[in-house]
Amino acid sequence: MVYDIAIIGAGVVGSLTARALSKYNLNVILIEKSSDVAMGTSKANSGIVHAGFDAMNGTLKAKLNVKGCAMMEDVCSTLFVPYEKNGSLVVAFTDQEMKHIEELYQRGLGNGVPDMEIIDAAKLKELEPNISDEAKGALWAKSAGIVSPYELAIGAAECACGNGVELRRNFTVDAITYENDEFTIKCVCGCEVKAKFVINSAGLGAADIAKKFDGEEFEIIGRLGEYGLLDRSCEGMATRTIFQCPNEMGKGVLVTPTCHHNILVGPSAINVDDGAETSVRVGALREIFATAGKSVPIVSTRDMITSFAGIRAHSTTDDFIIQFATANDHFLNLIGIESPGLASSPAIAEYVEDMVLSVIGKPETNPNYNPSRKQPIIFRELSMEEKEAVIAKDPAYARIICRCETITEGEIRAAIKAPAGAIDVDGVKRRTRAGMGRCQGGFCGSKVLEILSEELGKPLNEMTKFGGESKIIYERTK
Amino acid sequence: MSKILNYDLVVVGGGPAGMAAALSAKDNGIPEENIIILERSDRLGGILEQCIHSGFGATYFGEMMSGPEYAQRFIDLVNETKIVVETDTMVLNLTDDNQVICSNKEDGIYAINAKAIVLAMGCRERPRGALDIAGSRPAGVMSAGAAQKYVNIDGYMPGHKVVILGSGDIGLIMARRMTLEGAKVECVCEVMPYSGGLQRNIVQCLEDFDIPLYLSCTVVEVHGKDRVTGVTIANVDEKMLPIAGTERYIECDTLLLSVGLIPENELSRQINLEMDPITRGPKVNEMRETSKRGVFACGNVLQVHDLVDFVTQESQIAGKGAAQYIKGASEPKYVTCKGINGVRYTVPQRIDINNQEEVKIYFRVANVYKDKRVVVTCGGKELWNRKKLKLAPGEMENVFIKPEDLAQMNEGDEIVVSIEEA
Repeated sequence: MVYDIAIIGAGVVGSLTARALSKYNLNVILIEKSSDVAMGTSKANSGIVHAGFDAMNGTLKAKLNVKGCAMMEDVCSTLFVPYEKNGSLVVAFTDQEMKHIEELYQRGLGNGVPDMEIIDAAKLKELEPNISDEAKGALWAKSAGIVSPYELAIGAAECACGNGVELRRNFTVDAITYENDEFTIKCVCGCEVKAKFVINSAGLGAADIAKKFDGEEFEIIGRLGEYGLLDRSCEGMATRTIFQCPNEMGKGVLVTPTCHHNILVGPSAINVDDGAETSVRVGALREIFATAGKSVPIVSTRDMITSFAGIRAHSTTDDFIIQFATANDHFLNLIGIESPGLASSPAIAEYVEDMVLSVIGKPETNPNYNPSRKQPIIFRELSMEEKEAVIAKDPAYARIICRCETITEGEIRAAIKAPAGAIDVDGVKRRTRAGMGRCQGGFCGSKVLEILSEELGKPLNEMTKFGGESKIIYERTK
Repeated sequence: MSKILNYDLVVVGGGPAGMAAALSAKDNGIPEENIIILERSDRLGGILEQCIHSGFGATYFGEMMSGPEYAQRFIDLVNETKIVVETDTMVLNLTDDNQVICSNKEDGIYAINAKAIVLAMGCRERPRGALDIAGSRPAGVMSAGAAQKYVNIDGYMPGHKVVILGSGDIGLIMARRMTLEGAKVECVCEVMPYSGGLQRNIVQCLEDFDIPLYLSCTVVEVHGKDRVTGVTIANVDEKMLPIAGTERYIECDTLLLSVGLIPENELSRQINLEMDPITRGPKVNEMRETSKRGVFACGNVLQVHDLVDFVTQESQIAGKGAAQYIKGASEPKYVTCKGINGVRYTVPQRIDINNQEEVKIYFRVANVYKDKRVVVTCGGKELWNRKKLKLAPGEMENVFIKPEDLAQMNEGDEIVVSIEEA
């Protein structure tokens, strides 16, 4: 079969784009090299919906960020994705930095950012009692928010697949050729996908994919960001997203609540050669927490439940590059979608949709299009009456598997059965939070493995943490 | 809530602590059919079920047995009574008026009104994320207890070439267990200058198998993309920071962590029990009653024990305390207990001076000490003074307070346990 559109890369941008295109009667395939959606930059970032004052006036980043930020609340509520409009603060510690935030404020006005205010130290302390006494003031952007980034990608992919989009995992693009108005995308395993239109939203791999197609070169720098996540008992240490003044490497170390009531501290910003290398460097967390302590002194590695690192694809042009391949207007490249890529993602999807339609014309709409997905049951958030009703329908919701986060067997089974459902332990974790709590799966890991094995009909020791060779257990004991 | 039950005593957790507490409450006059044990696993026994090595029961039964054997003694005793046991049942909430909300597949969600509650939820292992270990996040990093379950309960090998971080008892036990199953255990790294495990386990689990124990050494980096391919270890200085230049790479496919146990007190915090920041368990009196009247705690939820035998003894006290409370107890008059000079904590943290029996105070020390004295005083008066050849953080110690000494104390006095020069 020849697909109308192949989207390479099932991150938050690829998945939202797939959802946008699922409005039409098009055969769309979403190709992902990993075992799950949101396995690259989308799964390991700050989860911030930036207001949009950082990008320079007139850039694509500025335009799509402000628009995406405005769209986010609605997209998340439609897709049942955790989102909170908690606002952000850029804190200044010197007169110099006060001037800097004034600049940011002016830039924000130019970009069309709503609801900004420069506040003094007293007001800042009132908003955030744990802020450093050294703080002189801050830029408060009330339109900023926080979102669970991987859940946004998962929600979008589930929606898209529910509308008929096909998700192909473990498909690593080896070569792309174009002949007779048809692209042939070859996987390293030998299989291939044919399509009439290709959207290259491969994140860190996007420059490589572009080069594989027609040799066009884009300069992408992998920029590593390391984070520490604090226990939920730290809730309230910060209620808004607290930035320090940005520098040439990005927006600096932030302290923010997450949508799941943890506190996130990070990121560092280190340019790396290997885009697949997401190791946390030795000593990095000590540096990050020391820097974070400047704005919120109370944060400490003592409360850390996990650390992680992600890589953002920094373009040397310092702007998003969304353009057709030089010699082929059926091949659309999305390059350098780094921060504020997450905040911009709903707007990017719409922008890409318009570009695609400008070439292929407006197709018929999909009569079965549903902008949403089946609402996931989140047991711990239900009232007692709702819990009883859910259990009456399916007793699997009465069996708690993850005690730290109160995740039931029913939720885990639903996450596996969903369109674009989980096929490994980390997939279950990102969809349900089983294993995200303070024991980090120490207790529930083996139970999740059992449920996966049952649902997928494969032996226990073939289950993986995140696909590939990430097996958790090997052969039977003697 | 559609279903509400009433019991005299609800025991949360069916491990050795919960079973001993329930049996003790019965022995102290609570009708057995008015006692219920709630257990989240599919069977009684708790973590003992996966501890198939020998070494349990020497103190309590005077014989060496495996974990499941030790547990079975109590399971049999519970089964001989009319004590109600609900397995596969999770307690979701406790309320301020001693209602226990729980959930299982057969009954759904229901509530139990309790006259008294014994908390016996045990403890959990500290995960990797709580440590500052750099590197990637591949499969093959797991807690020693999780590996123990895969090997002993599920019957699968979690790895073939193993490095163990932390010389807590589970880490030591798993070094031997993995070796016996054919894996190669490269080494055990311990960040402290001494092991946190029992001396007998160091001898029987490491030395007997020529497994090296590196003290003042930690894992600084994990390598591997999908599955662990190796770890970098390094020596640490007195502040436990890695010393540059001492790093070395060890090839392995598995990193097991035995880096501490944390009492599992989500429920305790829900009802705002006063907590001890050192034990990370509730503060209790000599009957193991918490800061909330009628709520008791025992076993590893209260303090991480070295031997299950002491868990049993402590839980029998809690069961008795709960029985006394149900039958009607007088208002207590407390003296407090504290540790100084290397004594990290005491359990109990307070004692009712009306108590008519000898009180055993458990404690752990902060460092390895040789040829010292353990001294207990109250208001300048010496109550206990014993020479100890060796004290180590891995072993629980205890002292006794006589009822006649208690009788002479006044409410608010302070009992102080300390380590002094011999």
